Amino acid sequence: MDLRKIEESVFKFLMLTSVVCVVGSLLFILGTVFIKGWHALSLDMLVKTPQGGYYLGKEGGILNAITGSIVLGIGATLFALVLSLPLAVYLNLYLRKNSRRAFIMRFFLDVLWGIPSIVYGAFGFTVMIFFKLQASLLAAIITVGLLILPIMARSMDEVLKTIPFELTEASFAMGATRLETAMQVVLKQVLGGLVTAVLISFGRGIGDAASVLFTASFTDSLPYSLFKPVATLPLAIFFQLGTPFPEVQERGYAAALVLAILILAVSIAGRLISGKFTRHVLR
Amino acid sequence: MTARTFKEVCAHSLMRTVAGFVISLAFLMAFGLYLRARPILVTKPLEELLFHTVWNPSQGQFGLANFIISTIWVTAIALIIAVPLSVFTAIYLSEYAPAKIRNIARPVVDLLAGISPVVYGVWGILAIVPIVRDYLMPFFSEHLPFFPFASDNYTGFCTLTAGIVLAVMTFPIIISVTEEVVSRVPFELREASLALGATKWQTIKLTVLKKARPGIIAAIILGVSRAFGETMAVLMVAGCAIQGFPRSIFDPAYPLPALIANTYGEMMSVPLYDAAVLLAAFILLLVTMLCNIAGWGILLRTERRGM
Amino acid sequence: MNTPARPHIMTEHLTVHYGRQRVLQDISLAIPDRQITAIIGPSGCGKTTLLKSFNRLIELQENVRVSGKVLVDGENIFDPQIDVTRLRKKMGLLLQRPQVLPMSIFDNVAYGRRIHGCKNRRLLGEIVEKYLTMAGLWDEVRDRLHGPASQLSIGQQQRLCLARALAVEPEIILCDEPTSALDPASTQHIEQIFMELKKDYTIVIVTHILRQARRLADHVLFLYLGELVEHGPAHRIFDTPQQARTRDYILGIIS
Repeated sequence: MDLRKIEESVFKFLMLTSVVCVVGSLLFILGTVFIKGWHALSLDMLVKTPQGGYYLGKEGGILNAITGSIVLGIGATLFALVLSLPLAVYLNLYLRKNSRRAFIMRFFLDVLWGIPSIVYGAFGFTVMIFFKLQASLLAAIITVGLLILPIMARSMDEVLKTIPFELTEASFAMGATRLETAMQVVLKQVLGGLVTAVLISFGRGIGDAASVLFTASFTDSLPYSLFKPVATLPLAIFFQLGTPFPEVQERGYAAALVLAILILAVSIAGRLISGKFTRHVLR
Repeated sequence: MTARTFKEVCAHSLMRTVAGFVISLAFLMAFGLYLRARPILVTKPLEELLFHTVWNPSQGQFGLANFIISTIWVTAIALIIAVPLSVFTAIYLSEYAPAKIRNIARPVVDLLAGISPVVYGVWGILAIVPIVRDYLMPFFSEHLPFFPFASDNYTGFCTLTAGIVLAVMTFPIIISVTEEVVSRVPFELREASLALGATKWQTIKLTVLKKARPGIIAAIILGVSRAFGETMAVLMVAGCAIQGFPRSIFDPAYPLPALIANTYGEMMSVPLYDAAVLLAAFILLLVTMLCNIAGWGILLRTERRGM
Repeated sequence: MNTPARPHIMTEHLTVHYGRQRVLQDISLAIPDRQITAIIGPSGCGKTTLLKSFNRLIELQENVRVSGKVLVDGENIFDPQIDVTRLRKKMGLLLQRPQVLPMSIFDNVAYGRRIHGCKNRRLLGEIVEKYLTMAGLWDEVRDRLHGPASQLSIGQQQRLCLARALAVEPEIILCDEPTSALDPASTQHIEQIFMELKKDYTIVIVTHILRQARRLADHVLFLYLGELVEHGPAHRIFDTPQQARTRDYILGIIS
């Protein structure tokens, strides 16, 4: 066999090994979390709040964190949506394709995307101090909303980019304004993709812990007020694994499983939806 | 003005406002954090803050050097593991993989990106810590007892563990960016090389990767920024204790993000403490921002030139 | 020139599908040695596909199915035993738009020899000079051999691609509309080089420019919607076409 062939097979082997490592690490992670969490999971876990304090009490479940995360996730997603959608429409319909302004906007969104969530958390914290606010659901919604804003806006932007120029042109040619074109032609075309973008951002929002550490704090009770602290799944995991009591740690493992399932479900739903809607979309 | 054009004008100005807000957000964050960190910047010289190793807030000593070194250690280990694996995976996926494998691997990469950092932390505690504690650490301390392996920390919560967990967390960004830049290399270029009788690997090595090199470097820079700023997973597995300078991959590490996350409760009571912690956040912001500006800048430029 | 030469490439019942679409249908032909063969026909009739099945580059497309045989020097190239890199080394390829590799002019020409294992710098230098001269580019680039190839003009780039193809010492040169991106002067330059090269090489050129085919070709293949309608010596195809479709195409009625 000649040397070139040997070299090629060596590298092919290395590449396959890498793929196996990458795919394997996901399975490893999910497997670990599932096995450990499955034992901890019970109906009580899902429908009760922790009894006697989340850090010390050995009874009860993680309902506080589940509801808290969902409420926080929905709030933050709505907040981000209100900003992202106009932004994505602006980038694709109001600015010309290669305009300088669009270039700068996308660049800023990409850079914001890369800023770590702990920095968002610290920033949210300084803003809270500035306005003399307490850690609360509202503060968390705003912080997480800003955190997922670039993710959502950029994903929507990518979706809107796929719209053929001829389509918007045809709409303009009939005398439609850009807003009408956006609302009646474009957004319908890419609805599936937009829903996917929203779901992905929701998944990021409920999964992040560093940004809510300062801003949401933690509590044993269910979320009932915008101005009170709220429990979240990631922090439920983090705090409850930090205790020396196995019973409390169980709650952490259960929370990890619930969180993993939630995120998996959301991303799979996102995939299915974008696949389903694109069948009706012109390309 | 008709109702239609009125709506249009309103929508347009609304969008411009939102766009302006997003652009200003980056500056707002930098400015806000700087403002809060200012008290310590005016009382202590910068080199003391960055290069001194003594961290003792109640005594008014705020040397961040240990935390900075820890961050660099952890990031370096993560990249040493993640870069080859990710780049090979990306090349395989875009050049060799049959559609079937691609259709499995792409969602896997997306899922890895979507998993919560805390879940990574749980995985680290349950799976990686025991592996490091029971297998790697005994092996290295027996057979290679010198720098950078010698250590007396037998808990498994250490720099290496954090690096491994972080490596997996940086897979998605490096893989997806590399795959995109590699697949953007024009098809005709490969044809031109193959037509000369090059094997597929030669074509990739000598032509495709050469063309894609700036993009791959950008992918790695973005990976650096991801690893640099990751907080919760690291906080859960790195040990987070100060034992002086971290000298071994088996010593505990205490990176900057973990410091910020860990001290949030106590920092309001000690003078200058909050300023020091927010200075750490400010440093983190600057470094990750620079990485992202460099990374995305390279990518956007190559995209604009059509590769 | 009119006497039928020994065929260098032959196809037997070559049929190619992309997915469900049939692009080439039952093509049997012979391409004579050391002559210029032009493949003509309206766009989308499978000219490029036919060209790329000669060196198996079509295999790079997704979902492609090939049946029938292609014989080069009597060997069936779709035989799994055959070494595809050796086959491709035998054939130079010139594409529509010049594809210079992302490296210096020198390295572009030396690339092919290097991948086939030549490391001797002096020898490479001689090869580079020889083939750049052959492609009529040496005098223009001798002072900037190590500058980036991407800074050459499009016409120069195409000649560089030709030099690069010649440097691996092929026997056949396949060209896919090699002048369609070039200005008239560069086109003329390339055509002159082809007339020189045909003494030593078999040249197959896909073109949709009939005048180019008339100027260059000794032998012509006319493809229409994936079928080989007619083939034969150039003067016969152009002067006394046998088929109505060939005549219509040459007269510009179908395109």
